[in-house]
Amino acid sequence: MRFEWFIAIRYLREGKAQTALVLGGTTVGVAVLIFLTALISGLQRTLVAQTLSAQAHVFVKAPERLARPLPSREQVTDHVEKVPDRIRSIEQWQQVLASIGTLPGVVAATPTAAGAAFASRGPATKSVTLRGIDPESYARVIDVVPKLRAGRFALEGAEAIIGTVLAADLGVGVGDKVRVATPEGRGDVFTVAGIFDLGNKEVNARWVFVPLRSAQTMLDVPGGATTIEVKVDEIFEAERMAREIARRYGLSADSWMELNQQLLVGLRSQSASSWMIQVLVVLAVALGIASVLGVSVIQKSREIGILKATGTSTGAIQRIFLLEGALVGGAGSVLGAGIGSAMAVAFARLARGPTGDPLFPVDLTPGLYLGAAAVAIVTGTLAAWFPATRAARLEPAEVIRYG
Amino acid sequence: MGEAGADVLRLEGITRDFGEGEARTRVLRGIDFSLRRGEFAALMGPSGSGKSTLLHLMGLLDKPTGGRVLLDGQDTGVLDDDGLTRCRGRTLGFVFQFHHLLPGFTALENVLIPMAADRGRLEPSMRECARALLDRVGLVSRADARATTLSGGQAQRVAIARSLAMNPKIVLADEPTGNLDTQTADEVFSLLRDVNRAQKVTFLVVTHDRRLAERTDRIIELVDGRIVSDLPSEPR
Repeated sequence: MRFEWFIAIRYLREGKAQTALVLGGTTVGVAVLIFLTALISGLQRTLVAQTLSAQAHVFVKAPERLARPLPSREQVTDHVEKVPDRIRSIEQWQQVLASIGTLPGVVAATPTAAGAAFASRGPATKSVTLRGIDPESYARVIDVVPKLRAGRFALEGAEAIIGTVLAADLGVGVGDKVRVATPEGRGDVFTVAGIFDLGNKEVNARWVFVPLRSAQTMLDVPGGATTIEVKVDEIFEAERMAREIARRYGLSADSWMELNQQLLVGLRSQSASSWMIQVLVVLAVALGIASVLGVSVIQKSREIGILKATGTSTGAIQRIFLLEGALVGGAGSVLGAGIGSAMAVAFARLARGPTGDPLFPVDLTPGLYLGAAAVAIVTGTLAAWFPATRAARLEPAEVIRYG
Repeated sequence: MGEAGADVLRLEGITRDFGEGEARTRVLRGIDFSLRRGEFAALMGPSGSGKSTLLHLMGLLDKPTGGRVLLDGQDTGVLDDDGLTRCRGRTLGFVFQFHHLLPGFTALENVLIPMAADRGRLEPSMRECARALLDRVGLVSRADARATTLSGGQAQRVAIARSLAMNPKIVLADEPTGNLDTQTADEVFSLLRDVNRAQKVTFLVVTHDRRLAERTDRIIELVDGRIVSDLPSEPR
């Protein structure tokens, strides 16, 4: 066994009350770290997943048409009226789609042709959003297949896939017919091939998926695509990807982050306050370790003098106390990980929605434990730095004479 | 160096001042003497004469204001902190007045700590070695007793065993019997004498007790920071 380990472990065992104090402090600190991080990250992951259940990460559209007044020194324009915009297709969307699909960070991209429409069956009529899609590539962008409640996610000929709410409103099931028409009067009768529940009432009440070709005809964008929906691999990179796509193709591109700014502000302030709490906790733990070890150095100054007089080097003395800090951090992280995980799991069990389902899972990952252990050990070692240096500087003659 | 009769320790013109400015006082005022290998010397003097200061300088626990300390021929003034620690660990052993054992450790561990500190790790052979040393001082039966549970005489014997752990050339003892009753003091002193004779270890023992001092080979007397007499002890 290393000499420093031998002495450090013995000192920790010997100073029972002091060791219990710092170990308790470190354990509580690590437990708070684990609990908060697991909770916040689980909560945030669930919130984001819910938001993105029916939403692509990036939406690419035709550039907005602006009425630009001619630049002239004499003329003063006080008002520029926007051109009333009809549904427009992205020019050369096939090439753009293929090219976006090859960008690094893009997982999948799919064309859609979307516009307003009415869905009716008998006397019931509902205002809906018509979404012409290519089911195969669409399923790669939005994870709809597992959310299908009935039927299948495929569109052959005049078939449509609708949400659970709309199905209930119109009183239709798989195999029934629904008439869908645009405000301009172009319409068709579709057979319901599937019914989905995307976890969002609005979407479940309004979205009607039809084959891309049918939507193109009904919306009067023959062969066109009004939107390219993109899935990226790193969801918080979506905004950067959107800007990149807009710049590269001269199109308009919005990320889910821009479309859900409130959620994002919420997530960010949640993260910031959680960070703040964690930093303060770590600081408190560091101060606790530093002060208890500081006291122990003063109490042990005579022993340190004896160790030095009997051949222990200054460096070894310093390492003994640094090691004490690191050991407390390490042991505290093991105990704290246990308590923190138990707290997080208990909390997740207790916090249930009105239907009794757990509201969100807690994220207890190996990375979290390793991170917390690293923080605790580094904090322990750094906190021990001052007392350790102080111990190393003790003059043996002084403490032996006066000690 | 090394052969019998050679100087293992030499002090040349040692002075030591304490304090700053007006309050500056000179505790040692020019000390010159040397210890030969195998010698058993007593250092005597009234309180405040500078005995402990001198002992700490010889033990490399303190640095002189002026003069040189030569240990086994090596000028220790040129060594850095770690060099001093190593030199101290390997050439010197200490026995302090209040034994100064580490309270949280057993007798055996106290004896092996200098060896472990020198090697940087604990080895099984060190336990054997420490056990042998405890046997040498007649305390092997108390090897696993906590330092705090030992009697004064036992603790001092353990401290002597510890001072011998690194097979030192010189053992410096600061009133090793000052805290013991007369009979125990006699026993401990006899042990020092035995070790000195058997292993040719040089001893310098600071003591107040003239009766004990007279059992040594040489008595050095220090008064007000100067050596006032340095004579072979009266043959008894």
